[in-house]
Formats: sequence, structure tokens, C-alpha cells
Amino acid sequence: MTDRHDPLLKVDGLSLSYQTRLGEVQAVRNVSFELARGSALGLVGESGCGKTSIANCLMRLLPDNARLSAGRVLLDGQDILPLAEEDMRLLRWRRISMVFQAAMNVLDPVYRVGRQIIEAIETHGVESTDTAARERVARLFRMVGLDPQLMERYPHEFSGGMRQRAVIAMALSCDPDLMIADEPITALDVIVQDRILRELKAIQQQLDMSIIYISHDIAVVAEVTDVVGVMYAGRLVEMGDTSDVFRAPAHPYTAALMSSFPSVSGERRPLTGLPGEPPNLSDLPQGCPFHPRCAYATDVCRTQYPPQARYGSHWAVCWHPLDATMAVQS
Amino acid sequence: MESASNTPETPDTRAAGSNASDGEPLVAVHGLTKLFPVDGGPFRKPSSFIHAVDDVSFQLGHGESLGLVGESGCGKTTVGKLLVKLFEPSGGEILFRFTDAPAVSSAEAPWDAAAIRGRLLRSFRRRVQMIFQDPYESMNPRRTIYDIISEPLSVQGMGDVQYRVDRVLEILTLVGLTPAGAFLFRHPHELSGGQRQRVAIARALVIRPSFVVADEPTSMLDVSSRAGVMSLMQNLATEMGVAYLYVTHDLAVARYMCNRIAVMYLGKVVELAETEELLRNPLHPYTKALLSAVPVVDPGRRRLAPDIRGDLATPIDPPSRCRFYERCPAATEHCLNHPHPPMEEKSPGHFVACYEV
Ligand SMILES: Nc1ncnc2c1ncn2[C@@H]1O[C@H](COP(=O)(O)OP(=O)(O)OP(=O)(O)O)[C@@H](O)[C@H]1O
Ligand SMILES: Nc1ncnc2c1ncn2[C@@H]1O[C@H](COP(=O)(O)OP(=O)(O)OP(=O)(O)O)[C@@H](O)[C@H]1O
Ligand code: SF4
Ligand code: SF4
Ligand SMILES: [Mg+2]
Ligand SMILES: [Mg+2]
Repeated sequence: MTDRHDPLLKVDGLSLSYQTRLGEVQAVRNVSFELARGSALGLVGESGCGKTSIANCLMRLLPDNARLSAGRVLLDGQDILPLAEEDMRLLRWRRISMVFQAAMNVLDPVYRVGRQIIEAIETHGVESTDTAARERVARLFRMVGLDPQLMERYPHEFSGGMRQRAVIAMALSCDPDLMIADEPITALDVIVQDRILRELKAIQQQLDMSIIYISHDIAVVAEVTDVVGVMYAGRLVEMGDTSDVFRAPAHPYTAALMSSFPSVSGERRPLTGLPGEPPNLSDLPQGCPFHPRCAYATDVCRTQYPPQARYGSHWAVCWHPLDATMAVQS
Repeated sequence: MESASNTPETPDTRAAGSNASDGEPLVAVHGLTKLFPVDGGPFRKPSSFIHAVDDVSFQLGHGESLGLVGESGCGKTTVGKLLVKLFEPSGGEILFRFTDAPAVSSAEAPWDAAAIRGRLLRSFRRRVQMIFQDPYESMNPRRTIYDIISEPLSVQGMGDVQYRVDRVLEILTLVGLTPAGAFLFRHPHELSGGQRQRVAIARALVIRPSFVVADEPTSMLDVSSRAGVMSLMQNLATEMGVAYLYVTHDLAVARYMCNRIAVMYLGKVVELAETEELLRNPLHPYTKALLSAVPVVDPGRRRLAPDIRGDLATPIDPPSRCRFYERCPAATEHCLNHPHPPMEEKSPGHFVACYEV
């Protein structure tokens, strides 16, 4: 039996690399975090920093060339990494589900969309009759703004955003404990985004479900998550209460992520990205991996990996945290 | 990018032509319509139709970027696929005027999309490209990134192998996939979502087309990765006169990329204006709702629920009245009893289809 206050998910020292012809790509490096039942965690960071790789570890859906070199993933205290695939299959969708970044990875082009979700529900015994399963899918379709008539149609007859919403319905179909939503609203207009995020919030509370939101959209993460982790080059570099992290970021990378956000109103600022090139995961620079692009870098940053320190409700890995005067060292 | 002297058509002529466009638009779309039959079972005739695109008209100048925004499922991708001839229209016409290309029949006549086939189709593909919304849709999983990006060059017979390798490395760097060499021989599934999206962009731009339909090209990219791609696209527009139909749900991106924005709702264009004018002075109730729902980075502040009623609809045999009627906060009895409102020019260049403006 698990205690109500134990975290639902505990990721501990996770490291993952991919073998390629040109060497090893170290996509996830010693990542640790916890997620409480019923709460929402955001993972943000540049394209290619390892967000989906972490999600795929949690779902245990890794490509052949991936190698998990270290770490544990505890779901209610049980490490799921050593589980046999057939045991994992019982957990997948039922306890941990995922809204995939690429909808076509989950939707089979030759089956009607509704049928595919009904099958997932029946496989996991969530509903005992076909009628009940069908009714459940219809309810989920309405929730994501899809006409239940569309259950009878094929994936190619859906627009990009309709497919994305069907995949959200699928991820919710077995009332999971944890849902990983990998860029779940990238194909949706802002009105539908708003609606989906509200619905997810409601379900989260209703079912006491935990959600991991992976998103490049800082505004969305700020809106819907309790805790946020900022990733750079395969590592978490800052993590803590979402509102505190975004109100007073300690890591210069977090600040850079926020400042470069363009807006639709006010002055039309020139678009600024981060200077320099994205990190090469097969060959990271010495010291702090962010130093070639960091405005605050000093000699120590170029030679030694920075320590992790706590600032109020969040922590960061940096030699020269921003706003250090306000920080509460513990 | 460097110009390719060993290609059949040098890009420089097109660059020069882009400014000398004597007022003629590059693309002119009139009454474009696309209906998809809703099957009534395997042996029955289709009885109903999805009106995915319904009587849409617009023009696009050389080097111009027109944003296309609107609700999920409103027909944006369908408009794009009609323009690149991946779908045949159910009605209406699409005319292209390429400054560098021989006219199809007489020297004056534009290219009528309906007449483009065979040898002409290859020449058309040289000039018109699409960046697909779902980068998986367009990529063969067994090919390498080099194969995928260089394919348009080899299909068009542009340059030798060394030339193609150079172009591919160059464009990989421009879209921020560095070191470019590390990506050349990977397969699409060995890339992250945003990296794959940038391969799709690189593939469409590598042959330097005249017109690109960019369907949510940067939806998976963070602001920093996006900046490089956006400036690449903008440079191609200013230096070579490349025009874009830029489909996006991100109005901040549209603001940076687009000269004008067209707003679609259930198959219809309901508002069209210059970008800053549209963002500052939206007239259509749907555009107003859309703008009010744009999120802001401000912890603790929740955006307001947009002023829109009811639920998303699918345009299956829609009634002839205003498409937005069911959800419109400003709807009147007049709207109920009249056909869908025509587009009217309310101020110079600002068009809107609504009785109550
Ligand atoms: N199967 C694979 N083989 C080799 N490299 C891979 C493979 N899958 C991912 N990678 C690399 O690992 C890194 C992390 O990829 P991941 O998909 O986790 O990124 P991400 O943070 O989700 O990015 P995005 O926001 O673009 O989706 C990337 O640099 C990517 O190129
Ligand atoms: N091949 C097809 N067969 C049948 N219906 C289709 C097909 N392609 C699109 N549709 C329908 O046409 C309408 C418009 O789809 P389209 O893909 O153009 O939307 P969109 O504006 O691009 O939406 P999104 O923003 O979600 O990508 C939708 O109702 C969709 O279901
Ligand atoms: S450790 Fe140094 S280089 Fe790294 S983020 Fe902090 S200040 Fe910048
Ligand atoms: S015509 Fe009437 S129903 Fe349509 S958008 Fe205008 S006010 Fe609303
Ligand atoms: Mg990803
Ligand atoms: Mg689309």
C-alpha cells in the first residue's frame, strides 16, 4: 500500500544515450525529479534538449539504438525500468499514458479513429461492454471538441489539430494516474488551446491525475503547471515552483528562455534568439555546458561544472545565479 | 545562400523579377472551393459533404507573406494543399504568374493550376513547395536526412553530388541543425520533433522556390530555434522574392512573418487586413475572440475566457447563413435570415465578412 503523500512518480539519476554512426548522443544526463499525485509538472527547454527522450523512458518506448545507462523510474515506489515488456504493457495507457508529439505515431492510418480508442479501452478492461466503451469515447471526443460522428472516420480525414485532439482523447481513455503530454497543443488555435487546457485541468482534479506537460511555450507552462523543470543539453538546470521560477529565475538560461518570447501587442521588438549554436550532445564543452552562450560566464564556468543550490522554492545549477541577493541559500 | 550557376534557371533572374512585378500578383485565387464527400457506407453514393474550403478568394504578391490563421479544422491545410496541387479543387481557380517562367500558352497568360500536368508539373514543383504541418507525412523513414533534403535538387537535376552536399550542409546550418555533418546520415526517427520540423523546412527551401506554403512550420520550435528559421525565411523573401502562404496559430509569429493576415472560420475567409491593422483593430467577432485568447507569460495571470459561444463544429452541409452564427456573441436576427455575409472593404485594404461591423 502506498501513502497518499508519497510521490506518484520519482525519477532518480536517469541517463540515456543513443548510438549513432558518428558516436554517442547523450540525450538525458542524470535527471532526477518527483511528481506528487494530482499535480502538474512542466518540462521546458530548447528543441533537442532531451524532453521527449525522458518521456519515452517513462513510457518505456525506446528505439533500438537507445541505451539506458543509469537511473530508476519509480511509479508508486515500484521501479518500472526492469519490468518485463508484458508487465509494462499492463501499465502503459492504463497507468501512464502519453500524448505523443507526433500524432501519426499512435494513430493507425487503416483503422477508424474511434475503433482504435475503443480497442485500447477494451484491452485494459476499463469498460466491460462495447457500448460502454463507445459511449466513453464519444464523451472524450465531445470534451476535446470533436463531433462524435468523427469516430467513424480515418486519421487522414482529420486536420492536424483534430488528430492531436484525438490523441489527447486516447491518452485519457483509460483514466491514467499519470499523463505525459508532449507538446499537446502545438497544432491548435489559441481558443481551442484554452479549452483543452481547461478540460485537462478539470480532469486532473476530478481523477487526481498527474500531468507532465512538455512544451516550448513558456506562457502555457506558466499557466497550467505547479512545478517546472528547465532543461539544457540533457540536464535539468533549474527546477521549482512554477510561479517562483518564472518570477525570479536563478539560471541565466531560464531568463533567456523567457526574455526572447515575442508578443502580439505593444512594440514590435526585433526577434532575438539565444546567441551561438545549440549544444552538440556528443561533445559538450567543459564546465557549465551553457557557457559559450551565457552572458554571465566567467573563467570558473568554463572549467568546472557548477554546483546545485537552492533559492527559496527552487534550485538551479549555476556559478552566478541571477538575483543572488534575493536568494535564500539553504 | 550562394547562387547556383549550374542550374537550369538561375535564381538571380527571379530575384530581379520579384520587384518588377508590374502589379500582377504571384498567386490569384478566385472562389476556391473544396468539398470532401462524407461516405454514407461502402455502396451508397455520398450524400453529404464537408465544406472544407468554401468560396475563398485572395491574392499574393511576389515576395509577400500572407498569414492564414483560424480554428483547428477550418480548412487552412486544405487551402495550402490546393495551392500546391495536392488536392484538386471542387470549384474556383488558381492562377500563378512566375516572373521567370515561360507562359503556358501566350506570353501574357498566367499558369492556370488546373492546366498544370506532365512536364509542366515538374517545372511547377521547382517553383512551388510545401512545408507540411506533420513532418512525418512528407518523410520516408528509410531515407537519410541527406537523401530527404537533397531529393528536390536531384529530381530537378540541379548540380552534381558535391554541389548538393554543399547545399544540404549549408541549409542544415541555416535552420540550426549543427554541426550539420552529425545530422546528414541520421534517419527521421533519430531526430527530435523540432529537429524533424527543421528538416522539412530545409527540404522545401533548398531549391529556392518562388512560392512556399508553410503549414505551421515552426509549431514545435522554441523561440530561440525559431528565430533562425524565421530569419532564413525572411531573407529569402527580401533577397529572392520568395512568397509565402504562412499557416499558423501563433499570432506572434504571424506578426513577425506576415505582411497581411487572412482569418478563416469553417471554410470561409472572414477577415483580411495588413498585419498590424488586423492585430490592433480586429473587426470580425471571431478575430476578436481569437486575439483575446492569446496567452501571456505572466505567472498567476490567467487569460480571460474568449468571447465565443457553443462548440467547435464540422462544416458538414452547413446552412447558408453566416458560418459563425451559432457561436457569435454579436449575432442578430438579420444574421439568421440572410446568407453568409460577403467580404467588404471597411477601410483601405481591410476586408471583413460580417453584417454587424
Ligand atoms: N533514436 C535516436 N538516435 C539518435 N539520436 C536521437 C534519437 N532520438 C533523439 N535523438 C537526439 O537526442 C536529442 C534529444 O531528443 P529529444 O527528442 O528528447 O528532444 P526534445 O527535447 O524532445 O526536442 P523537441 O523539442 O525538438 O521535440 C536530440 O538532439 C536528438 O537529435
Ligand atoms: N482528405 C480528407 N478527407 C476528408 N475530409 C478531410 C480531408 N482533409 C481534411 N478534411 C476535413 O476538412 C476540414 C478542414 O481540414 P484542414 O486540414 O484543412 O483544417 P486546418 O484548418 O488545417 O486545421 P488544423 O489547424 O487543425 O490543422 C476538416 O473538417 C477535416 O476533417
Ligand atoms: S554557470 Fe556560468 S556559464 Fe553556466 S549558466 Fe551560470 S553563469 Fe552562465
Ligand atoms: S454576420 Fe452576424 S453572426 Fe456573422 S459574425 Fe457578423 S454578427 Fe456574427
Ligand atoms: Mg520532443
Ligand atoms: Mg492543418
